[in-house]
Amino acid sequence: MIVIFLRYGFLFVVTVFVLILLSFIIAHVFPGELLTNLSGIIPTSMVDNTRLETEWSINSSTIEQFFNYCKLLIQGDWGVSLVSGNALLDEMKRTIPATVELSFYAAFIALSLGIPLGCIAGVKAYTKVDFSINGLSIIQNSLPVFWLGLAFILIFCFSLNIFPLSGRLSVLFNVPQVTGFIFVDILLTDGINKAAAFQNAFVHLVLPSIAVGLISAANITRLIRRSVIDVLNQPYIRAAKSRGLAFNTIFFNHVLRNALLPILPLAGIQITTLITNAMIIESLFSWPGIGSFLLDAIYQQDYSAIRVGMLVVSVVVISLTIFVDLINRIIDPRKSSLPDVSI
Amino acid sequence: MSQFDLYEEQHHPTPWQQTWRNFTASHISMVGFILLCFLIGMCIFAPLVSPISPITQNSDALMFPPSWDDRGSINFIFGTDALGRDVFTRIMHASKVTIGSAVLVVCVALFIGLTLGSIAGMLKGIQSSILNHLLDSLMAIPSLLIAIIIVGIFGVGLVNSMWAIAIALIPQFIHVTRSHVSEQMQTDYIRASQLDGANKKQLFFYSILPNLSEMLVVQASLAMSIAIIDISALGFLNLGAQSTTLELGAMIADGLDGAYIAPWNVILPGLFIFLFVLAINIVGDGLRAAIRARTAR
Repeated sequence: MIVIFLRYGFLFVVTVFVLILLSFIIAHVFPGELLTNLSGIIPTSMVDNTRLETEWSINSSTIEQFFNYCKLLIQGDWGVSLVSGNALLDEMKRTIPATVELSFYAAFIALSLGIPLGCIAGVKAYTKVDFSINGLSIIQNSLPVFWLGLAFILIFCFSLNIFPLSGRLSVLFNVPQVTGFIFVDILLTDGINKAAAFQNAFVHLVLPSIAVGLISAANITRLIRRSVIDVLNQPYIRAAKSRGLAFNTIFFNHVLRNALLPILPLAGIQITTLITNAMIIESLFSWPGIGSFLLDAIYQQDYSAIRVGMLVVSVVVISLTIFVDLINRIIDPRKSSLPDVSI
Repeated sequence: MSQFDLYEEQHHPTPWQQTWRNFTASHISMVGFILLCFLIGMCIFAPLVSPISPITQNSDALMFPPSWDDRGSINFIFGTDALGRDVFTRIMHASKVTIGSAVLVVCVALFIGLTLGSIAGMLKGIQSSILNHLLDSLMAIPSLLIAIIIVGIFGVGLVNSMWAIAIALIPQFIHVTRSHVSEQMQTDYIRASQLDGANKKQLFFYSILPNLSEMLVVQASLAMSIAIIDISALGFLNLGAQSTTLELGAMIADGLDGAYIAPWNVILPGLFIFLFVLAINIVGDGLRAAIRARTAR
């Protein structure tokens, strides 16, 4: 067990180091001054210039520069955004929770739709129920996420006018940012109508999280269906049936656990899809998360923001993936890191 | 030499023919296949299907609704956009760019992935393990992020976005190829050809590659649907094809300005992306089921 923890810890540290190195290389490769790409400031005077040069140790060798860069990252001095001038660490504290929140609710929708539907389709394999669920999931899986979001906006925001178009919360509610998670922030704020604020935040959340969640739900349904079918064909299920166990007992005690086990490592890959879709949907619904932050940065050629945003998103995604992998290894030590499960 | 004539058939179907038989036996797969053929045919013969040029601006027919609307005209089946260009013609020409670039991207990713994956699969020990871990972490980086970085370095454009998507797709191909090859290396028929004195090159081209082909086709169909969605998503986000290039995602971004008055400019190109991806997914699923049915026997 300790060996596994050490191995994954080592893997995590190495990956983060490689990502930091990548972000350092990116600052060199991007067009423009290196100093501006790193610090996000265009020096206006000689004094400014020398101060920044010593801070980011531009004039020393590249290796020293890199270690200085690492040191500054650990100290929390990530530079400022070229366009807004805000410290990038604060920008990340603002945007990352918004994205994580959206992805979390989307994942919740995906799991709560995907697992039951996949189980039903798997148990009733090759019947009309199975074909209709499978057909629906193929259709859902083929939808481009940005188009689904646009269709939602056209139908629910413009035609029916039941959901708000953009943002996380109406500006009428003055909720200062503490944690960055909107529901927690509302709880922490005094002097507002909390019930109304909750309801408002909820209706803002509905469309984006459904748009992201539906696509992942389709993937999960298909994975679970295949897995349940495979498990039902195993000899131990026949043995359980021949012992005369009730179907519910067989399903919940024998099928479900064994069917969910091979799904877990694939959940790691689903995280990537989920966050990519969330980033695209954010820019549609003006959700103030990392996706719209990065897209704004690229439109405005804000290279220091792209460097930090890229680093933070990839570290978040990769640490989630490694975490899921680690859990998988702890639950099922036989498994190698990524077994292959077909849909 | 006289042959033993027990069965009517003298001809033994090849594995691909068997797979094709299983594939045609399923109605849904065939519907998907015909839909795909129809859509691809429409792309290729776009200039023949529609006599209008996709860039002709009809100033007397701005934002005409589709022909099934009361105010629409049969001259413009899917209506016209804000500059009076025929949407149907534009969709056909745009699909050509989107699908063509997706095919290119998948080919590039397949070739590189196959090469690296088979090398990794035939290697053993520490080299293979380092490569595996590196790949597993690379697989987790979202394609949108890679695209943002590449666009940041080289600027926007269809070709740059294609490179970004190819880079994002390569790890999947490497992963699948590697696990398949290393699995095959344990089998008896590989050992037999090793005993026959086959070197690694011969082993790969004569024994492993023929067995890889089916898996590669299935994986390519999966990658194809991802590539189409990603290319159009980047076009939509103005990171890929610009609005001067006819591309489905860029068309949607173009139609966004008038989406409230002329929603067909947004809905119809998206519908075609959806139809393409749906057809490819159905065909891919059918192929997978057909191969499974053959190998299960």
